[in-house]
Amino acid sequence: MIPRSRLHVPAPPARPGQEPDFSYVQISPAGAVNRPDVTASVRDIEPLSLEMVRVLGDDHRAVGPWNPHLEPGELQVGLRHMLLTRLFDDRMQRIQRQGRISFYMKSTGEEAVGVAGGMALEPGDMLFPSYRQQGLHVVRGRNLVELMCQCLSNTHDMCKGRQMPIMYHWGRGNIFTISGNLATQFPQAVGWAMAAAIKGEDRLAASWIGEGSSAEADFHYAMTFAAVYQAPVILNLVNNQWAISTFQGFAGGEHRTFAQRGPGYGIPGIRVDGNDFLAVYAVTQWAAQRARQSGGATLIEQVTYRAGAHSTSDDPSRYRPKEEWRAWPLGDPIERLKQHLIALGEWSDARHTALEKELEAHVGACWKEAESYGTLTSGPFLDPLTMFEDVFKEMPPNLVRQREQMRELREATAAAPHISPAVQGG
Amino acid sequence: MARMNMVQALNSAMDVMLGRDPRVVILGEDIGFFGGVFRVTDGLQRKYGEHRVLDTPIAEGGIIAAAIGMGVNGLKPVAEIQFADYIYPGFDQVVSELARLRYRSAGEFHAPVTIRTPCGGGIRGGQTHSQSPEAIFTHVCGIKVVMPSNPYDAKGLLISAIEDDDPVVFFEPKRIYNGPFDGDPNKPAVPWSSHPRGEVPDGHYIVPIGRAGIVREGNDVTVLAYGTMVHVAEAAVRSLGIDAEIVDVRTMAPLDVDTVCTSVSKTGRCVVVHEATGFGGYGAELVATVQEQCFWSLEAPVLRVTGWDTPYPHAFEWEYFPGQARIAAALRQVLETQ
Repeated sequence: MIPRSRLHVPAPPARPGQEPDFSYVQISPAGAVNRPDVTASVRDIEPLSLEMVRVLGDDHRAVGPWNPHLEPGELQVGLRHMLLTRLFDDRMQRIQRQGRISFYMKSTGEEAVGVAGGMALEPGDMLFPSYRQQGLHVVRGRNLVELMCQCLSNTHDMCKGRQMPIMYHWGRGNIFTISGNLATQFPQAVGWAMAAAIKGEDRLAASWIGEGSSAEADFHYAMTFAAVYQAPVILNLVNNQWAISTFQGFAGGEHRTFAQRGPGYGIPGIRVDGNDFLAVYAVTQWAAQRARQSGGATLIEQVTYRAGAHSTSDDPSRYRPKEEWRAWPLGDPIERLKQHLIALGEWSDARHTALEKELEAHVGACWKEAESYGTLTSGPFLDPLTMFEDVFKEMPPNLVRQREQMRELREATAAAPHISPAVQGG
Repeated sequence: MARMNMVQALNSAMDVMLGRDPRVVILGEDIGFFGGVFRVTDGLQRKYGEHRVLDTPIAEGGIIAAAIGMGVNGLKPVAEIQFADYIYPGFDQVVSELARLRYRSAGEFHAPVTIRTPCGGGIRGGQTHSQSPEAIFTHVCGIKVVMPSNPYDAKGLLISAIEDDDPVVFFEPKRIYNGPFDGDPNKPAVPWSSHPRGEVPDGHYIVPIGRAGIVREGNDVTVLAYGTMVHVAEAAVRSLGIDAEIVDVRTMAPLDVDTVCTSVSKTGRCVVVHEATGFGGYGAELVATVQEQCFWSLEAPVLRVTGWDTPYPHAFEWEYFPGQARIAAALRQVLETQ
C-alpha cells in the first residue's frame, strides 16, 4: 500500500433517527475545579481551559471555590430574567409563526449565558453581543416593547425599519448594535477596550460569538489584539454545539476545546458550564476583576446547547435527532437555578408558576402596546423618506436629490392611486 | 508657510490634529517607533507617546475593527493600511461595519475613523503594491472617499477627514509623495518645492470634502482626473498646447457634481482619466453623471483613459500606466469630433 493523505470530514455523533450521544462533552464534577487568584499567570491557569467550571451539583447545592455566594434575592432576580427571556422568545416565535413578524431567533437553553454574564458586569461596561444574547437587554432593564417594536419595524423601531428582527442596539444601556455579519463585533470590542485603557477609564468591554463564527478571521484578530495590548475585555465564545446544521467539530472543536485557544494566544481560557447560572456568573466576575486590575483579556468558552432551531427559517429535525436537547448532559439553566433556590428553601413550584403567569401577562401586555405602534402590514407606518437619513451625519447632495425624487414619486402615486408604487418603481 | 512634500504635509496634518484634539489616535503597521514605511508618521510617536501613536500587529482586519471600537468609545482613530492593496482583509469591517454603524443604529452609534492608505503604481510595485481600489469604496454607501493630488490639498483634506464625524477612506497616490509626476519615468524627478501647491501652511486649515478643485481653467475640453493623473493630464494638455480645463475631482464621494458639470457645460467636451482599471471603475460614474446632466451641452462622446483591465504587471508597468500619449490621443479625438 502506498501511503496517501485522506481528507477528514467531521461527522456529528448522531443524525436524525439516531440516538443522541454527548459522550464527547468532557464534564468536570461540580466544585472540582480550582479557582486561581485573578492575578495568576496564564500558564498557571491553563488547566481551566480543559476542565469545566461548575458550581451547581446534582443535588442542586452550590459547591466549590467558584461559588459566587449570591444572596437568594439576587438568584431570584437571575431566575426572573432568564424566565422572562424565555417567555419573550416563545411569544415572539409564535408571533413569527402567525406571520406577524418576518423572522426571529430564540435563545432557548442558553439564557444563563446572557443573563448571568450580564449580571456579573457593571452598567458602564460595554456589551458587544451576537444575536443570541437578548438576555443582556433584559438584565439591563430594557422595556420589552422596544425590542418588539424593532422586530415589527414599526414607528417606534429603534432601527427605523433598517434591520431585520433581533438586530437590536441600545446606546443608553451600553449595548452595541448587532451585525448580521458574524464575529465582526469581537475585534471591535477589543478596540473599544483599548480606547478605555488609553483614556484611563475603569470600564471594560465584553463580547459574545458562537463557536461556529469563531472560525472567522475576526476571532483571530480579536485574540491577537487583546493579547498584544492586554485590553480590558471579556471574550465569550458560546459553544452551543450547532452552527445552523454543522456541529462544533466543523469550527475546530473536535480535538481541542475552544477555551484552549486562549492560552495559545497568551490569554486565560476558561471552560464553563454555560447552563450553570452560578458558574457563568462566577467566571465572568473573575474575568472582570482581572481586566479591571490590568490583567487583560479572558476567553470564556460557554458550554451550552442550542435547544431550539437556529432561527425561524431553520428546521433542525433535518440534521440532528429531534429529541437531542433532552439528552444534553448539562440540563436546562432555568430548571437548574429553580431547583437550587428550592433546595435553599427560597423558592417553590407554586411561586414559580405564579412568576410564569405574571411574566406571560407582562409579555402579552407589551406585545399589545408594541402592535399599537404599527406592524409591517398595518399602520401606522414609518415614513420611507427616513431611509435616506443616517447614511451620513449630514445628508450629501446625491441623497438629498434621491429623497426628493422619491418624495415626488410618492406624491404622484398618491395623486394617481390606480398606478401602484411598484409599477412606478418607487 | 513652508515647503513640504506630500509626506511632510500628511505628517503635519496628523501632528496638528494630535496636538489639537486629545481624541485623535493613530494606529497601523510600522507607523509608531519606525514612522511608517513611507515615513508619513515619522516622529509622531516620539512626540505624542505610545498610547496615541500605536504600532499594530500585521492584521488589516484587526486594525480597522479596533479603530471602529475605539471610534465607538469616543476616540478619533486614524488607521494606516500600509498599501491600498492590503486593505481587503479589512473589507468586511469597512463595508458591513464602519460604513453602516450610523445607519443600522439610526444614529445611536458611529465611528469617526479615517483610513489612510497609499495607492497607485509607478514605483515598480507589481500587482500587489500598485492598485487604485477607490471605486470599490465609492460603491459603498456610508463612507467618504478622498484622493489628493498635491501637498496643500493632502494636508487640508486629511484634517477635514479626521475632523469629519463620518468614516473617510483617504487614498494617497504614493508616486507623487515626493514630487509631481508627469507620467514620464525617464525624466529626472521633480520636487514639490518647485510646485505652487508645495507651499503648505504650518498650522490648521482645511480643504473641504465634497469640493473639487480647478487645476487649470480652459474652454475647449474638460479633463476630469484625480491623484497622480492630474499631473499627467496637465503635461498632456501642455504638450498639445490646447485650452483645456482640468478639474481635480479630489473627493470622489461625495462628488462635487456642480463643479464637474459647470465645467463640462462650458467646454462641451470631456475626457475622464484615472489610473485604476476602466471596467466598472470610478470613471464610469463620472461619465454617467456628465451624460445625465450635461447631455445637451456635449459636442463629442465622453472618453475614458484608464489602466487596462488587467492586474498591474511588474515588468510592463509603463505600458499599463495611462501616460501622456494615451491622454493626448483621447483629447485629440474628443477635440476633432465635429
